[in-house]
Amino acid sequence: MTQLTTQSAVRAPARPASVANRRTRQRQDHPSWFLFPALIVLLVFFFLPTLYNFFYAFTNWSSFHSSISFVGLSNFKALVHDGSLLKDLRITLIYAVLVAIFQNLFGLVLALVLERDTAINRFARVAFFVPVVMSALAVGYIFQALLKPQGGLNHLLSFVSGHDVHVAWLGNTTWTILVVAIIHAWKWMGLSMLIYLAGLKTISEDVLEAARIDGAGWWTTFREIRFPLLAPAITFNVATALLGSMNGFDIVQATTAGGPGGTTELLNIFIFRTFGQGLFAQATTMSLALFAMVAVLAFPVIGILRRREAVLS
Amino acid sequence: MSSAASTFASAPHVRRRRSAVRFVQPAVALGLVALVLGVPFWLVVVTAGKTQAEAFNPNLSLPSHWQLWQNISTVFHQGRMTVAFFGSLFIMVPAVAGVLIIGAMASWVLARRTSRTMALVYALAISGLVLPPAVVTIVLLLRQLGLAGTGVGMVGVYMGMYMSTVIFFVTGFVRTIPVELEEAARMDGAGPARVFFRVILPLLGPTLATATILICLYIWNDVFYALFVIGGRIDTLPLNLYQVASAGLYLNNWHLIFTYIILMSLPLLITFAVLQRRIISGITSGAVK
Repeated sequence: MTQLTTQSAVRAPARPASVANRRTRQRQDHPSWFLFPALIVLLVFFFLPTLYNFFYAFTNWSSFHSSISFVGLSNFKALVHDGSLLKDLRITLIYAVLVAIFQNLFGLVLALVLERDTAINRFARVAFFVPVVMSALAVGYIFQALLKPQGGLNHLLSFVSGHDVHVAWLGNTTWTILVVAIIHAWKWMGLSMLIYLAGLKTISEDVLEAARIDGAGWWTTFREIRFPLLAPAITFNVATALLGSMNGFDIVQATTAGGPGGTTELLNIFIFRTFGQGLFAQATTMSLALFAMVAVLAFPVIGILRRREAVLS
Repeated sequence: MSSAASTFASAPHVRRRRSAVRFVQPAVALGLVALVLGVPFWLVVVTAGKTQAEAFNPNLSLPSHWQLWQNISTVFHQGRMTVAFFGSLFIMVPAVAGVLIIGAMASWVLARRTSRTMALVYALAISGLVLPPAVVTIVLLLRQLGLAGTGVGMVGVYMGMYMSTVIFFVTGFVRTIPVELEEAARMDGAGPARVFFRVILPLLGPTLATATILICLYIWNDVFYALFVIGGRIDTLPLNLYQVASAGLYLNNWHLIFTYIILMSLPLLITFAVLQRRIISGITSGAVK
């Protein structure tokens, strides 16, 4: 992802006279038919459904009508009117931001703690990668069992504190979204950790040695040198966590299924639920809203993070 | 963590702090593993060994007697694990093989041709890296194509979803392969197909391995898109887990849910344990410039 914007710009400009000639040779040696299978698959299974979104969001497509007819903006009006469009957009955005914060915080702390190459650290790194390999649905069920009022965590806390603890971790209309975002971050923190570890490895020993000679302590070295030099890793991690979790479903479905009171209802949860009820056009409208939100946010997010990289490097 | 102290190693207070870090760090690392990973995984293992009554309120205590084997055989029957395992496999293998081969073919041309049109095609081809698939209208499209609820439809949907990932990874890598290698083969009279399959494709090994791992992980664990496209028609492991966990009949059957989770995670965990070094280095080399 970090290469998105540079790749087209780095090519060296050729002398004008030879350009046409070179293009012809390129075309002969790398024929277009090599592109076609991939482009056909992309067109049919990715772009066409996306274009359909822009059409079927404005129809009455559902399991209750035998024909599909155009209804203008009435799906949008209905979703705005009952509040679910803005509510779910807001919840999805809050969830994505929380996931991005916690996943990067956990990943960075783990990378710093497990930085040295010892046997224990190598074991711990592999262990923290296990949740990444597991199914997100399974992770969701594990945490549902752990966080039930009668579940594992309250059992543990009761044991440690000596009196009965009955916190409804997944039943709070304000804080449960934070809990599910932390579960999402728990599942993916191993990936962020690996990328931060790789980023830390690329920092030259000479720079750190120079800082040491100047008498910089661990914290100063980290704040002034290592953290700024981690910029490419931060760009990758924040962008993937933020944009990936907007498309989240499994963990929330397995822990709260959107509850309590719809306070953790991500766009994809709404889409799945309304699709199951046969309200296909409403589901399509929400799908279009998700597409629009990701498209609108993707470019500024990647742009801002990359500009920060450029300033620092 | 070791970096801060070394310059003033002669100063006694610094040396003391450094040895303290040496001593404390392994304890912190192991403590984190035990608390952050140990507690949830312990819950899975002990609950999978319990009876239904004991597992009703899942907690961290040991089962009064282990009945893991009995739970395993129950899950194999009621969760249709064998069918689901092969369902997952028969969808994942063609999807991954297909997306890698045709994605790599396209990447080669996209990396070598420098026209403005190709730059535009490349930008479109990798847009799927960030844009979410239109999951509802995919179902409608598959219905129109006569592929609704079929394995072929599911394979096509996964290929469309992960094509961008493959093209992004492979195009970047092909650009680092010197064109001179191709020229040499062309001098010997090799056509484009021969150049690609004999010269380029063998060099793509490490990148394709990384992409394979990532995409296998996504497809093997996917339940969201599978619910829309093949839910109720074809068994896959995550789909059957979802059914086992959400069917009223199994409500609160935590012992069966967790037994299912253990069995379902084993293939990936074993693969990961065997290949962990390659997987970890492959993923990290792709992400950071």
